[in-house]
Amino acid sequence: MMEDLAMQILELLMNSIQAGAKNITLAILDSVKNDRICMQLTDDGRGMSEELLKKVTDPFTTTRTTRKVGMGVSFMKGLCEICNGSFRIDSEEGKGTEVVAEVQKNNIDTPPLGDLGAMMMYAIQADENINYTLSYENDQNKFVFTSAEVRAMLDGVSMQEPEILLWIKEYINQNIEALEEG
Amino acid sequence: MKSLEELRKMREAALKKVEMREEGKDYRVVVGMATCGIAAGARPVLNRLVEETAAKNYNCVVTQTGCIGMCVYEPIVEVYGKDGSHTTYVHMTPAKAEKVLEQHVGKGEIVEEYTVEAAKKEA
Repeated sequence: MMEDLAMQILELLMNSIQAGAKNITLAILDSVKNDRICMQLTDDGRGMSEELLKKVTDPFTTTRTTRKVGMGVSFMKGLCEICNGSFRIDSEEGKGTEVVAEVQKNNIDTPPLGDLGAMMMYAIQADENINYTLSYENDQNKFVFTSAEVRAMLDGVSMQEPEILLWIKEYINQNIEALEEG
Repeated sequence: MKSLEELRKMREAALKKVEMREEGKDYRVVVGMATCGIAAGARPVLNRLVEETAAKNYNCVVTQTGCIGMCVYEPIVEVYGKDGSHTTYVHMTPAKAEKVLEQHVGKGEIVEEYTVEAAKKEA
């Protein structure tokens, strides 16, 4: 198991990247009031056939060729179930995939949300041409990050320059921390 | 608090650096970031590589890859040279990664003790 939710989500982000998505949207709702953390990931990648969708939560399902097991989706599903939550995955071939994962916030088995800035940094480092949207919302406020606004500011300079990657990580984390402090 | 405006200044600085190394970077440093890699601790390794490369301006680009089928050796860092050379470092830690940057990317000397060949000999 991964030590925090951000790394679990990164696994799913990597799936979206592998599926050739051009746009990936991750919406996180972190609510003390409802005692819920809800993570919704939507991509416009190649999607899955009904057949693959049926068995995608089986750990012995993978599209990769280097090994025969794929743990990303099954780990996330297992985690949600342990943490008094729910897990749903919908997909249509040629259109994209949507994952909705939910856990109880105040549950002893629920790992911390973790480093969302680093998670986004890794995704951008894996593929900077994708349009990423990350929104983080708590009971009071909402912060939205889009890779498109960073790309526009940089005007031709790669987001994969190490200084820029670190800046993105800090930028996201500072904004989320500021929300948490109210 | 950071603002998007800062990126303008960073862009200028980055452009200057890119101009300085017109002929491209000498090394490509690749970290395995599949489930096996991350579970074994690839995340802090990648973090350190990015931080050190930014701080010391090493002549390399740091990227990532998926699983290469050697999960038992994760975290794995591969170093590709412009000359076509390829070295696979295994069981990496942030400290080991720092040494690889310093010695291999910085001075062009392979850190033999961390290579997959050395690990196989021990096993």
